[in-house]
Amino acid sequence: MKQTINFTLNGELVEVEIEPHLTLLQLLRDKLELIGTKEGCGMGECGACTVLLDGKTVNSCIFPAMEVEGKKVVTIEGLMDAQGNLHPIQKAFVEQGAVQCGFCTPGMVLSAKALLDENPKPTEEEIRHGIAGNLCRCTGYIQIIEAIKAVSGQ
Amino acid sequence: MKKFDYLKPKSIEEALTLLDQYGEKAKLIAGGTDVIVMVKQKTMAPEVLISLQAIPGLNEINYNGFLSIGPMVTHRMIEKSELIKKDYSALADAVSWLGSIQIRNVATIGGNICTAAPSADTATPLLVLGTQVKIKSLKEERVVPIEEFFKGPGETVLKKGELIKELMIPKPLPNTGSAYYKLQRRLALDLPILGVSALLSLDKNKVTCADMLCTTSPISSILHKMEEDDLVCKEVRIALGVAAPTPMRAVKAETLLRGKKLSDELLEEVAETAAKEAQPRDSIRGEAWYRRDMIKVLVKRMAMKSIERVIQPEETVFPERLW
Repeated sequence: MKQTINFTLNGELVEVEIEPHLTLLQLLRDKLELIGTKEGCGMGECGACTVLLDGKTVNSCIFPAMEVEGKKVVTIEGLMDAQGNLHPIQKAFVEQGAVQCGFCTPGMVLSAKALLDENPKPTEEEIRHGIAGNLCRCTGYIQIIEAIKAVSGQ
Repeated sequence: MKKFDYLKPKSIEEALTLLDQYGEKAKLIAGGTDVIVMVKQKTMAPEVLISLQAIPGLNEINYNGFLSIGPMVTHRMIEKSELIKKDYSALADAVSWLGSIQIRNVATIGGNICTAAPSADTATPLLVLGTQVKIKSLKEERVVPIEEFFKGPGETVLKKGELIKELMIPKPLPNTGSAYYKLQRRLALDLPILGVSALLSLDKNKVTCADMLCTTSPISSILHKMEEDDLVCKEVRIALGVAAPTPMRAVKAETLLRGKKLSDELLEEVAETAAKEAQPRDSIRGEAWYRRDMIKVLVKRMAMKSIERVIQPEETVFPERLW
């Protein structure tokens, strides 16, 4: 039986009718057509599907869509400002060459955002710990770490 | 993925009533980091998932003479708790290396022990900390010591229609330290090859060789030096994960150490006894002989880490600096 849920998505209230077995990732990509969020492993191991839920990172591929009722979800699409400018973290990723194939990037950027929101000047070790849940198979992480350092003014 | 209905009761009574009503067709879901994966892998096929997220009061950490942890408390909340880091360090160690931040933001401690994996990271810390599990059904409420909670891989004492209401952990004795070490191949998103927890209560918190604890001196030389201080181990608990079908206490090893003066020889014997008590198996992550050898090493190191945390409490962070 379909159920109606209400939540805030990238700053806007949405009401959507869903089948209760959907994951948050299926809701975002298949129902709401926000395909910035990627599906990697689908088992909560790789972090490609990372989104922010009330400011905290979650793996949307194993998160029940029914649990976002009344909560705030931010996806990679929600980081640009109203004028269409990239978020400073996105800019830094571009400038530091932290993007190759780009598949891990949306999740990586959101993990970086959650880290910097909580700890604006993280040490390199804290950065590594902060993005440990996001696998990147291209860059070797160095440019990603450099990008996060650059945004935090280091 | 298989379709299921998703219910969100607003009280424990409502959840238990639904659980009774749907019986075998229903499964409880906490954070869902195990349950949703099992449904995706088709190792579980519930028709109804009953979520405990909307029930108020289950995700609180409180201290009233004893530590009370709600079953819906996430690993991340435990990781951030200063009280747990200070007085229940083994548990803080365990949650800091579990999964990833994404997993820890969602996965709950109640879920971790209900899944009852032999590798459950929080199991051995809960064992050494002397945890009591409060279980509730529509008919009764009962309290089970954590030693009796695990029955086998994926099996617990929970009967149909029961759920965990609270984890209760006593206040540690004075001069107590505890530590957990997760032996793993990578530092995130891995399951342990072995998990070792220890808790030691000492008769004092001052030794003449305190400075040596913060150096890289070999563990044996620190312990030899410590023998001059007549440091007595008043209480001890040792627990092993992935060393048997369920997380286990190394009771014989504990008995050797309890009430005795600490020495290098004694700790060596304790660690060897723990290795003998364990029944590890060969698995994809590690072979039995290797696990047994590493129990010897890690029991001694975790005992030492616990001692260090009594004597140098300000150094209490991760057990990353070992000997």
